[in-house]
Amino acid sequence: MSGHWFDGVSPRAAKLLTLLCVALVLFPLIASDYLITVLILILYFAYVGQAWNLMMGFAGQLSLGHALYVGLGAYAAAALYVHFGVSPWIGLWAAMAIAAVAGGVIGFLALRFGVAGVYFAILTIAFAEFARLAFDHWPWVGGSAGFFLPVANYASNDLINLRGSPTMFYYLLLAMTAAALVSCHALLRSRAGYYWLAIRESPEAAQALGVDLFRYKMYVVVLSAAMTSLGGVIFAFYYNNLFPEQVFHISRSIELILAPIIGGIGTLFGPIIGAFLLTTLAEGLGELMRLLGIDVPGVKQVFYGLCLLVVVMFLPDGVWPPLARRLKLEQQRSQGLAER
Amino acid sequence: MPASIFLNVAASGVLTGLVYGLMALGLSVIFGVVRVVNFAHGEMMTIAMYMAVVLFSAYHLDPLLMLLPIAGVLFALGYVMQAGLINPFINRPEHSQFMLLVAVAMIMVNALLLIFGPDARSVQTAYAYDSFQAGPLIVDAAKVYAALAAAAVAAGLFAFFRYSLLGKAIRACADNYQGALVVGLDVRRLYALTFGLGAACVGAAGCMMVLLVDVTPPLGPSSTLLAFVIVIIGGLGSMPGALLGGMLIGLTEALAGLLFTPSAKSMFAFGMLVIVLLFRPQGILGKSAS
Repeated sequence: MSGHWFDGVSPRAAKLLTLLCVALVLFPLIASDYLITVLILILYFAYVGQAWNLMMGFAGQLSLGHALYVGLGAYAAAALYVHFGVSPWIGLWAAMAIAAVAGGVIGFLALRFGVAGVYFAILTIAFAEFARLAFDHWPWVGGSAGFFLPVANYASNDLINLRGSPTMFYYLLLAMTAAALVSCHALLRSRAGYYWLAIRESPEAAQALGVDLFRYKMYVVVLSAAMTSLGGVIFAFYYNNLFPEQVFHISRSIELILAPIIGGIGTLFGPIIGAFLLTTLAEGLGELMRLLGIDVPGVKQVFYGLCLLVVVMFLPDGVWPPLARRLKLEQQRSQGLAER
Repeated sequence: MPASIFLNVAASGVLTGLVYGLMALGLSVIFGVVRVVNFAHGEMMTIAMYMAVVLFSAYHLDPLLMLLPIAGVLFALGYVMQAGLINPFINRPEHSQFMLLVAVAMIMVNALLLIFGPDARSVQTAYAYDSFQAGPLIVDAAKVYAALAAAAVAAGLFAFFRYSLLGKAIRACADNYQGALVVGLDVRRLYALTFGLGAACVGAAGCMMVLLVDVTPPLGPSSTLLAFVIVIIGGLGSMPGALLGGMLIGLTEALAGLLFTPSAKSMFAFGMLVIVLLFRPQGILGKSAS
């Protein structure tokens, strides 16, 4: 494994990446509280986007129900903390285990019964919606009235119980996003990674060459589910409140996959650049509306939708592949879906 | 609980289900021919519902009488959407088409929110509180009218696809894309017509739905989901399947609302979807996967 961590990263890319990392680490020293909360959102979407991208971008399995794993992770860690005082650092293992089992069950059923393509996507929606309604009627976690964590004391950062200031969550998410980027990079250069790409490009050819489709698809579904659930744990402890209506809703699943699609599906940097663009766009539009004194619900989202439409129409491979070519970071290209 | 309550609830569920079925029929027709999943389907229905509400409150025009003009407007909307937006995406990967329609859906929901606000709107027809009685069976008049209209529109669509030359041409595109190109069919125009027809279907369904439920912008996304569930249960691409699926879901929702709590009613629909996907992925009336 050790040889894969930085394989294929050009010196130029390494330099730019280091620069970005340093800038992000130093960022809270100069940024306002508002900018930090915006950056937390960006990092959150970059992280869960990366987790989704693992499944769709690398192995070609379209899931439209990833909110399920976010929600399961969030509720598992939060319930353990509130009901039993279990630290989220222990709770996150439970969260990952539960999400992995859920992903495993969905993956197993889908693969064993030959549910693929559009049908698979709708199966994932169905499970997420089912969970939403089930949590709505489950009193132990508050049902539809919501589940609340004791409000954080911002004066001190309690890293053990994840109670603290946005800056703490910022660094936590930064570390997670960086770790996700590095481990996805390494995974892609492992045997499983090459198998996934083969499965994405042509399942028949991969199978003919002896790739165990069932096993490697199961790996990626379970891995992506577990990774996504960690995003849920952070979500729960950052927002301190969970409503099934919000956490599991299909709009959450869609929101979560916008970043990698806009950024460039199947690229390592796509989810990050996509999250950055979409979140700044949304926040910028909100700011613009405030400046213009327009306070009508919907205006912002209409513009947001129009921007999405333009990007999907004119940049079919997302923003990152052409940008990477501009920045002369060529080695990213081979991972894109550009040839399809 | 007396049996007559069950009977009444079941009957009203099936009647509502026919309207659901017509809505889903539009989705099924579009997917069956164009092979694109219309993620903006429910949103298009709410557009039709708002049109019916506006026409009713301004001119007192009954939604069922306005069915044809509203379906016509939706046909035009669907035609333009396919010709202008979706045709260039036909050969792109699924996730790309999905994103396109999600963006369209987002624009539609929020444009409606912008124009009409978040409050629920409804139509108060003169027959809103009438009912028909046959023995122990009592059903709302509005539901009966809506279901009859849905059945009539569906029958018209079946006849169109079965007997008209244009309908046959569209079916040819769905059966064999390359073959259709070879014999010189203008596939892109036929796709646009099909999307228009699917949109007209959902527009007609909207005119009926407005008699049954209040309309708010978020009704769009949840109807899209409901339409997915119905067509998959009935069989994606199967026209009778969509109607059957609609009636089944209407029935399940009504009975679940009676026996459990109304807020959990969709859980049974999703549960049913999972079971159908696993044991009969092509749907109850769908042809097995090619």
